[in-house]
Amino acid sequence: MEHIAIIGNGISGVTLARHIRKNSDNKITIISGETDYFFSRTALMYIYMGHMKFEHTKPYEDWFWEKNRIGLKRGVVTQVNTQTKTLYLSDGETLTYDKLVVATGSKPNKFGWPGQDLKGVMGMYHKQDLDNLETYAPNNKVCKRAVIVGGGLIGIEMAEMLSSRSIPVTFLVREHSFWNGVLPSGESEMINRHIKNHHIDLRLATNLKEIKSDEKGQVKSVIIEETGEEIPCQVVGLTAGVTPNIEFLKDSGIALGRGVKVNRFLETNIPDVYAIGDCAEQHEAIGNRRPIEAVWYTGRMMGEVLAQTICGNRMEYKPGHWFNSAKFLDIEYQTYGWVFSDRNKTEYEQHFHWKHSDDTKCITVAYNKDTHQFLGINTFGIRMRHEVFDRWLTENKTLDYVMKHLPEANFDPEFYSKFENEILQAYTNQFQTV
Amino acid sequence: MSNKINYSMSLAKPDALGINNTQKIALAIGVIGLFIMALALFNTDFPNKPLFLTLSLASIIGGVVLYSREAYLTKTEGIKNDGVWFKSISSRGILGWILGVVLTTFYIVLYFFPEYLGLGTNGEPNTGLIALFDPLNQLLSGRNASQWFVYGVLYTVAILAFGYKYILKYRHNRYQQLRTGSVMFFQLGFAFLIPEFMYVMNNKLPYYDLKSIWPLNYYIFDEWSVKGFLSAGNIGLALLIFGLLSIFVITPILTYKYGKRWYCSWVCGCGGLAETAGDPFRQLSSKKMYAWKIERWLIHTVLVFSVVMTVAMVYSYLGYDKNDFWLTRDVFISLVIGLLTVVFVATLYFKKEELGKDAKLGAIGYAVIIALLLIMHFTGTTDHLFFIKSGTLRSAYGLYIGSIFSGVIGTGFYPILGNRSWCRFGCPMAAILGFQQRLFSKFRITTNGGQCISCGNCSNSCEMGIDVRAYAQKGENIVRSSCVGCGVCSAVCPRGVLKLENDTMKGRINPTEVLLGNDVDLMDLLNNK
Repeated sequence: MEHIAIIGNGISGVTLARHIRKNSDNKITIISGETDYFFSRTALMYIYMGHMKFEHTKPYEDWFWEKNRIGLKRGVVTQVNTQTKTLYLSDGETLTYDKLVVATGSKPNKFGWPGQDLKGVMGMYHKQDLDNLETYAPNNKVCKRAVIVGGGLIGIEMAEMLSSRSIPVTFLVREHSFWNGVLPSGESEMINRHIKNHHIDLRLATNLKEIKSDEKGQVKSVIIEETGEEIPCQVVGLTAGVTPNIEFLKDSGIALGRGVKVNRFLETNIPDVYAIGDCAEQHEAIGNRRPIEAVWYTGRMMGEVLAQTICGNRMEYKPGHWFNSAKFLDIEYQTYGWVFSDRNKTEYEQHFHWKHSDDTKCITVAYNKDTHQFLGINTFGIRMRHEVFDRWLTENKTLDYVMKHLPEANFDPEFYSKFENEILQAYTNQFQTV
Repeated sequence: MSNKINYSMSLAKPDALGINNTQKIALAIGVIGLFIMALALFNTDFPNKPLFLTLSLASIIGGVVLYSREAYLTKTEGIKNDGVWFKSISSRGILGWILGVVLTTFYIVLYFFPEYLGLGTNGEPNTGLIALFDPLNQLLSGRNASQWFVYGVLYTVAILAFGYKYILKYRHNRYQQLRTGSVMFFQLGFAFLIPEFMYVMNNKLPYYDLKSIWPLNYYIFDEWSVKGFLSAGNIGLALLIFGLLSIFVITPILTYKYGKRWYCSWVCGCGGLAETAGDPFRQLSSKKMYAWKIERWLIHTVLVFSVVMTVAMVYSYLGYDKNDFWLTRDVFISLVIGLLTVVFVATLYFKKEELGKDAKLGAIGYAVIIALLLIMHFTGTTDHLFFIKSGTLRSAYGLYIGSIFSGVIGTGFYPILGNRSWCRFGCPMAAILGFQQRLFSKFRITTNGGQCISCGNCSNSCEMGIDVRAYAQKGENIVRSSCVGCGVCSAVCPRGVLKLENDTMKGRINPTEVLLGNDVDLMDLLNNK
């Protein structure tokens, strides 16, 4: 019986632990400095918005861990000695392991802005960030305005959170359109309008210059680089992406890049040390994926795969077709396969775009302009079925096939208006002349 | 849990969300409507009852309508559950408890002390609250109101007004709108108006809400009820036959095609109130394992009890003599035992695999019913069941299950146990439909590949206390006998992972080894285990 130590109790570490327990009798210890029990950090926003309480974000009841003999340890690992296989914790305790898995996730990016460590400045990643926000933005009297810096998924979620408590939000986005490094322009522009419809002060092509402090070391205002404008605010949300949370490994001898370097078996350069989830960095990117993928489901999949390896069935991490989803205020977004933004598109990738007249639903289908092979689809306001697109991508279907069979993939609730006919109509009109 | 430093020293945590001036006016209008009723309750004799009754009901409906319009139409379409866990009323706070106590007390008075509401006894005219409703009942069926009429009006008003609120809240979701429109229609038409009109047409007919099916309608086979039907000529006989058809033919067919949701969340009045007026409390249902264990024992015990009780009731007024009526006690008891045996054997034969451990519990339940019936038949003297008069058993059922459980606890405890605690823990109809749904229905909730992020919105909003997330994060279809198919889990899912579907029976239960997304050779994985 080996002792498997897992640092981090996020989705990766917990999935790993659960699957090791399914397949073996090993001793398992999960170490976390964040919370006693696993919770779903994707739901942090709903706690602040009052949809749920913290205990509802815990997918397993507290008795689950003891029943399944998964040891939980609250503590922060400060140092790892891979020679003696020992972990050193901040409170002076030590812990020995036979196999070590680093699953520490990420932390919000900070780009050296003046004032970035002031009171009232926070990301939205950890439980502690949420506690912070509850302290500095409990209502719109304590926090008269909040500024969010960074135009990504966490940024818009934070804007939604603050808006739910009627706190005015200024949203600084570096790009000239929201998330247009990822979304094609038609979609990105629709989301711009949707954000503004929610009375969020969206400032595009705007950079943060400085965060100013009051006499108590708390945020007073931010200065905008382009115009020099000063915006008074009590909270600043930094949501310009995340970086692997691996500082404590600096002197451990484990090879690091931006994250912990791993091969396709999620093994590091040191035997019996593995890394999974947001903090793992592939030597070579897998397909069109990035070497570091800070996505919920890839963390889960790495946990599933590594559990096999650790239990003696050495298995390669092989993520299938890319997919993802998100929600922009009221608009749901799903993506299957690859649809690149105008900026990142290759020369053979072309798009068919359809938008509904109500400005809350649209789709973009990417295809190869030479072979007409279907490459991927983005849908806004229409739910699509994962299995169907996964199959179509594997079978290399053509654009024409996908457009004609779109109703098969619809996943909207019963009695919803269906737009496939309208989409097909637009598609035929556009391609008749081609 | 909140680590917030509370600068305001407020007792609420965190700060409750404020309401705007229009909503304050709306509240005032609604409360004035309620106040008129409160005055009536304290025996104020209004000079012009029709006027004050209209004023009161209109204010209540108008207040709710105005409040809801302000709450939802001022925002964009979409899920707006902001602050449900902060509001005192919807998070078991002070207001929630007060409301719970007020409702419970009202139910106790309604069921057991209707004279306090002003019901005239021994032919005296009504006073107080019930007298206020006399003009309306006169208008509808030409008789004075009873406490049940008052309750029926308030019940219907609640479903209509809060149904409107629900429709606005989910105006982006056609499923929710149609479903709510349906329960509003069935409540107003079938439960409220039609029985009144039936009385006008044929006053020998017992009160009969056509959509209320045995065992929910536990009194349909009582002696007085059956006699009422039989003495009302062909129409009564037709209704009695319709009642039997509903149980044995219509219900199983519809449940096969659409799941039990066709009844529980499209037709049923109890469900209707839970879904409309009870909607703000749906998150209060416990999702803990122990709650689920209690639920399964309780609901099936009520079912066993209601079957035995009904059989005993019918048995006790049937005769022994063949010349009297072809249905004698012997024939009847054999029919019942025969039917139960057929159902039980067929289930075991076709569904043993699917049921697993539940089959054992089912066997116990079956054995208990049969044993009780046989003991009754062979030891029972004329009208005694276990030395208790079956009439006593019937009234015990009516008292403890029909009144206290379904009304006093079921509805009164909305703000404490969630809006469907009766449906979840006590309704024998839900148990039967759930049994059918679990075994032979095309209905299931499917999950969308690997998209689930385990956020828990689905479980949080499940009024039946199902831990939806546990299934969704494994990519498993949800085939649960308790699911009433309200569709809110699907609506609140921020990733579009859940969908209510009617599809073929094949592949309905799909335990997945590996979620979609990971390209694992499944056969390799299984072989190497």
